[in-house]
Amino acid sequence: MKITFKKSDYDLIVQHSREALPNEACGLLGGVLEQDGTHAVRRVYTLTNTDASPYHFSMSPSEQFAAVKNIRENGWKLIGNFHSHPETPARPSDEDKRLAFDASLSYLILSLSTENPVLKAFRIENGNASETEILILN
Amino acid sequence: MSVALNGEKKDVGAEITIRNLLFKEKIKVHDYVTVQVNGEIISSKDYDSFVIKDGDEVEFLYFMGGGR
Repeated sequence: MKITFKKSDYDLIVQHSREALPNEACGLLGGVLEQDGTHAVRRVYTLTNTDASPYHFSMSPSEQFAAVKNIRENGWKLIGNFHSHPETPARPSDEDKRLAFDASLSYLILSLSTENPVLKAFRIENGNASETEILILN
Repeated sequence: MSVALNGEKKDVGAEITIRNLLFKEKIKVHDYVTVQVNGEIISSKDYDSFVIKDGDEVEFLYFMGGGR
């Protein structure tokens, strides 16, 4: 499984995550599922981390519902989510894996622990995470 | 009886509680599912008592969260 998105969407994820510092940031990804299984992002939805914590995130349910309805109105599907790790690497924590209930989604993590942001994507199923390819389109 | 379930019209038979609808839809981990009926988020404490009626618009999604 691969995920693709525009450079402007990547920039939005980075910007939203930097603006949330020192707390974790989060959001949803709407897009289409291509014939070869690629998740093609069409829009990034930046959401509020209701935990307002550097160590945890929870998405606002009302914002989630609004995003999912907008995704549906555009003929897209919910294809993934993202959150940031201000101080730790871009890899799913045990809590990330425990709370990944939908194995069909791409789970993206942006680490801001180094000088340059590091974005990675994962598939998480039954508590097991496997890294997937990200392709950022110009 | 039909409802709009996550945007799709669905026949759910007779009036049904949220809990039973989640079972019917084979949704697991009910504690981590958020349900909205006609635009109102329903507390999980009420899943066994809240009855969904004909024509209701029902949305549910999994809680999304995590940590470092």
